[in-house]
Formats: sequence, structure tokens, C-alpha cells
Amino acid sequence: MSDPDTFHTIVTTVENKPGVLARVSGLFARRGFNIESLAVAPTDDERFSRITFTVDVESAPLEQVVKQLNKLINVVEIQELPPEDCVSRELMLVTVAADAHHRRELMELIDDWRAYVLAENTERIMLSFSARTARLDEFEECLRPFGIVELQRTGRVALPALD
Amino acid sequence: MNNKQQMCGGEALVKALESAGVEVMFGLPGGAILPVYDPIIDSSIRHILVRHEQGAGHMAEGYAHATGRPGVVMVTSGPAATNVVTPLCDAFLDSIPMVCITGQVPYAAIGTDAFQECDTTGITMAVTKHNFLVTEAQDIPRTIRAAFHIATTGRPGPVLVDIPKDIVDPVNPRSAMTWYEATDADMDLPGYSPITQGDPELIRAAAEMISEAQRPVLYVGGGILKSRAAEALLELAEMVQIPVVTTLMARGAFPDSHDLCLGMPGMHGNFTAVTAMQRSDLLISLGARFDDRVTGKLDGFAPDAKIIHVDIDPAELGKVRQVDIGIQGDCRLVIEDLTVAMREIGGTEAQADRSAWRSTISGWQEKFPLVYEQSELGERLKPQYVLEELRDNNPPDTIVTSGVGQHQMYASQYWRFDHPYTWINSGGLGTMGFSIPAAIGAKVGKPDRRVWAVDGDGCFQMTAQELVTASVENIPIKVALMNNSYLGMVRQWQEMFYDERFSEVYLSEQTPDYVKWSEAMGCVGIRVESPEEVAPAIAKANEINDRPVVVEFRTDPRENVFPMVPAGKSNSELVVDPSQQGLER
Repeated sequence: MSDPDTFHTIVTTVENKPGVLARVSGLFARRGFNIESLAVAPTDDERFSRITFTVDVESAPLEQVVKQLNKLINVVEIQELPPEDCVSRELMLVTVAADAHHRRELMELIDDWRAYVLAENTERIMLSFSARTARLDEFEECLRPFGIVELQRTGRVALPALD
Repeated sequence: MNNKQQMCGGEALVKALESAGVEVMFGLPGGAILPVYDPIIDSSIRHILVRHEQGAGHMAEGYAHATGRPGVVMVTSGPAATNVVTPLCDAFLDSIPMVCITGQVPYAAIGTDAFQECDTTGITMAVTKHNFLVTEAQDIPRTIRAAFHIATTGRPGPVLVDIPKDIVDPVNPRSAMTWYEATDADMDLPGYSPITQGDPELIRAAAEMISEAQRPVLYVGGGILKSRAAEALLELAEMVQIPVVTTLMARGAFPDSHDLCLGMPGMHGNFTAVTAMQRSDLLISLGARFDDRVTGKLDGFAPDAKIIHVDIDPAELGKVRQVDIGIQGDCRLVIEDLTVAMREIGGTEAQADRSAWRSTISGWQEKFPLVYEQSELGERLKPQYVLEELRDNNPPDTIVTSGVGQHQMYASQYWRFDHPYTWINSGGLGTMGFSIPAAIGAKVGKPDRRVWAVDGDGCFQMTAQELVTASVENIPIKVALMNNSYLGMVRQWQEMFYDERFSEVYLSEQTPDYVKWSEAMGCVGIRVESPEEVAPAIAKANEINDRPVVVEFRTDPRENVFPMVPAGKSNSELVVDPSQQGLER
């Protein structure tokens, strides 16, 4: 299953300076573009960071988003990645209720989905799971009946697909 | 010169401004910027001390408009920084090159709610092309160079540089630095490289599309002036014999008295300019941005027109109206290349037959000129008459600035702009109070030219205190104050669209006494109430060159600006003067 076609990933390389994230997110806000998800981290070159957004292109014309981003002095490079041309992943950390009655069933589910157990006690299990965004949504639904105690997702990161 | 000279950040800042070619700056000192004001005493830069920081910003804009050089502002932190937000936003919307230096609390105090602290870079992020918070004295020369580079290249705009006090204060060890003359290599702007040359293939395609058009219009905007393209435009227009409309930001970019000039389009444009665009089959947009005040209701705008759009800012191409050919580049360079391309495919001879289009246009010009009725005995003056007299009693290279409202529209409509850089106004932001400080800035930049500020009484009361600056600094501008005792444009909208229910638009007929007020500020004040006094008062004002002059014209509040496209309506629904309303279009 893939993400909706209207979700495009924009990968921006920005100067690693204070306030750059505020410039980028401020631009989205004042031009009325909605950000679906956002992930920020330094790159292998310490002068630059990478900001990866997912935007719903039905909510805003992608071309305008990219052109306006390009006007920001601290934005060095922009790649637009339509769903079919990129490999994307998202990471989820989740703590799930796991009492004695349901623990076995939960462990099977974890095995099936190839999630990792990061920590556990008698009442709860903490997992990590990384996959495409849509798979995270599905996994989350499977966990819900057990009782999700806390959940945190990173937002999507992506690289261009290989030929 | 010793290139390895040790100095403090404050001296380095002033030296970097001198290196950038700054001759004049507009500002007002205060706590956080104090250490920079000390080296200014010994600097070659002329500093104009303003009465309010907003005035400094608009003066810098007027200076930049008139000279093409970046306007420079220096103010302190906190309230001074917030006071320049309006001119920064004004300069941002009208693409005015400007560099604004703001003081900031010491670096270690940032974020502590210190006295006169505000998040200047945060507040101004949305109204500047870029801004910097400098954290080390050693970075000052390279940051100043980058600020001027960004402000003046690509699409020009305001750049703010926020300077914490500790890095400029000689008593603080953090201000110590080693001077260097910053070069482009020091700027470190990996994400900034504006494209100025247009794509040759697109230019060729545009040349062909233009040649074939039956009803083309050159729709030119402020980008013509920013790129110094007026001469190139004249050559192109004359070669292809295509009529030109000049937007509010481009008045003077093409001579009004030229046969091909149709004047201003838009909400208060003249009938021919608006209608020629509406009926056009090709709009050649050069440095314009399809502003809502030009297009009216977008769905109904120029429905049959293909669009060629040239702009240095690629984000403008297709932002409002889909383009058939969009060319990113500097207007002057693209127009020059386009002229060559047009010549290569046959120039004037290769143009489609447009005799029918020309005769349609001249028919409109004859049938729908700008009109008004002269006032009767005892009535207040007609503002249009005052503008005509001002126009006819001043040389054509007079610089005219204006505030925002009815007087602005009358000035744009009734003046004859035959030279570029003679019209200075607040187009995008529509900032009331712009004209007096802008006129001061223009006069400082062009001291040999006559400068008239056309102002309204509402606008005048917002920034009049800068006339004190003009008097004290010996900057002899002239103000034509169109006093109709109302916020006239708002009154017009209430009359036309709110059933004549006038809400909070009446100022006062007697207060203030503008003549006394002007005299108190060191100006000559003249009051004019009847038509026969108009020309003599203008002549008298023009004779006075040792101080500013304010001529108060008592104008008729019932007078409305026509033509007018009501907000939200299509340009085809242009409302003409009542005397022309029955005429077939």
C-alpha cells in the first residue's frame, strides 16, 4: 500500500544556522501551506541540515511551495519527491499495555510486523517500528486494541529511489 | 592602510557601511546602538536625525526610489525596531533595496526580557528579504557586505542586521576585532544566486508570439524601474508599436506623453488602460505581478489574453495567473534580448496588422478621457484641478511622492510622468503617511531636483513631525496638502458601498490649523481656498528654497475617484465618471 498521491515529500538542504527552521516553518504558516509531517536533522556535512516535509499538494500548489522556499536565503537545495520516485521511512516508538492475558498475542503481532522490543515490564512493552508511513498507520491500528499508552512518530524522511 | 588594524565592532560597522558606499543614513540613536553612534561623528556618512523611526524607514525608501541606491536606516533596539516594521514591510512589498541596522541588547542578555529587548529578527522575518543577528564582532564586515548584496541583487528588498551591544561597545572585550575588507568570498551565501539572464529559447518563442498577436498590450510594472530598463522598454515598444500600460509602481517607466502610452490600469486606472487589457489577446507582463488592484476579479481578468510574464522572481511566474511563456530574468536584460530576437524575425515589418486595434484604442481614449467638473463659486477646490495646476507649474523632472488614498490616485492619474524615478509612492502595503518622509529621502538623494509631496490630511497627521527633520536638516521639500477634512477614500467606499453611512471618516474642518502647525515646524505655511489662488500659491512655494513649504489646498470632500472597479468586480464592470455612464463601450 502506498501513501495517497497527493502527499509529496520535499527534501530541503538548509544552512545549519540558528533560526532556519523558524524561517521555513514561518513561511509555510504565512503562505497558508499545511505541513503534514516534518523531520529535521544535520547531514553528513556539518554546515548543512536537512528538513524533510510531507505536504498535501491538494491543499497548496506544490510549485508555489517550492518557489517560495527557494527564496529563503538559507535554503540551499530543494528536491521534490513524488511518491513513486522516492524511498521513504518513518520511525515510531510506542508503549503498549501488555498484561499477562494479552502478552502472548502481542508478542506474536510484534514478530509478524518485525517490530523491535526496546524495553518491557510486567504491564507494558515499548516497541520501535520503522516502515513507510502507511504501514505505520496500519500497525498502529493493530496495536490499538491492546491499549496504546504512549506513541511518538518522527515524521517521514526520504531519499530519491534508485534506478 | 593597515589591513590588520585592530578596532572595535562599532568602528568596524561604520567602516563597513562606508566601504559599501553609503553616503547618507537615516536614524535615531538609543541605548543599545549608542556605541555605534560614537564613530559616526568621525565618519564621512551624513546622518539624518529623524523624529520617529518610521520616518527613517520611509526616508530610506524615498532615497532608494529616487537614486536606485539602497536606503540605509540605523535605529536602536526594542520600540525603535518595532517602529521600523512598517517601512520594512512597505519596502518588502514594493521591492525597495534597503539595509536596516538595529541595536540589540548584549548577546548574553538576549532571551531574558531585558530593557528594550524584543525579538527583532523574529518579528521582521516575515517583512524582510532576509535578516541577520550578528553574534561576533569579527563577523560584522562580512555580514554588512552580505546585507547589501542581498538587498540590491535579484528582486531587491529590505535586509535587517541586528547588532547586540556587546560586540560594538569598546568597553566590552567581545567587541575586539581585526578589520578586513570583506569580499564576495567572505559572504558565505550558498543558497543565494539570482538568475538574471532569460532563457534564449523562451525569449525566441515570446518574440514569435508577440509578432502574431492582434491585440497585444505591454503591461509594465515596478520591475522596469528596479532593473533600470526604461530605455530598453522604449526601444522595444517603438519597434513593435505595442501600447503600454504603466502600473501604479511603474508610472514614469514609459513616458505618459508618448503616443503608445495608455497610462495606469487597475482599480482607479483610466478606461482605455483597463479596457485594453481586458480585450487584449496577449499581455506582455514585464516586472509586474498581477496584483489584485490591477486584475480586479481574477476570473474575469483579460479572459482572451495569452500571457508572457517576465520577472526576476520565479515565484511570481504563474502565482496569480497561469502563463503561456514565463521567463525568469532581469527585465532589462530580457527586454534587450527580446528586442534582438524581434529584430531577427523581422522587427516592425513582421508584426501582425494591428490597425483595427489601434483605432479601437484611440476611440476609447477620445470617448473616455479623465474628467471632472470645475468647482462653482464658493465651493471647495476640486483636487483634480489642484493636481493639474501642480503638474503645469512644475518642470517635468519634478519628483512627486504621495501618501495613500484619493490624493494618491489623483496624483497618479493627473500628473504627466515623462521621466523614470519621478513618482514615489507606497503601492503594495498602502502605507498612509508615506509621502513626507519619502519626499525628504528623495530630496536628500536628489538635492538639485524639485520634490513635491502630495499628501492628504489623514496621511499628513501620521508623519508630519518629519517636517521638523526637514527644517532642521535643511531639506526644502514642498507639500501639497489636499485637505478635504475626511479620510477620503474610506468615505468614498462608505458612500458607494455602505449606503452613504459615514462611519469614523470625518476628521475636522478647523483642527488642526495646518498653516500654524507648519510654521511651528519651521516651514512656510500657505492656505488656498479658491481656484484663482492655486497657481500663485504654487509659484510662491516654488520660489522658497531655504525651508520646507506646506500648501494646504481646501478640497471638496464630495469628490470621488473615477473610474473605479468596485472591489470583487471584474474590470469589465469599471464604473466611469457619472458624465460618461450612458456611453457605449
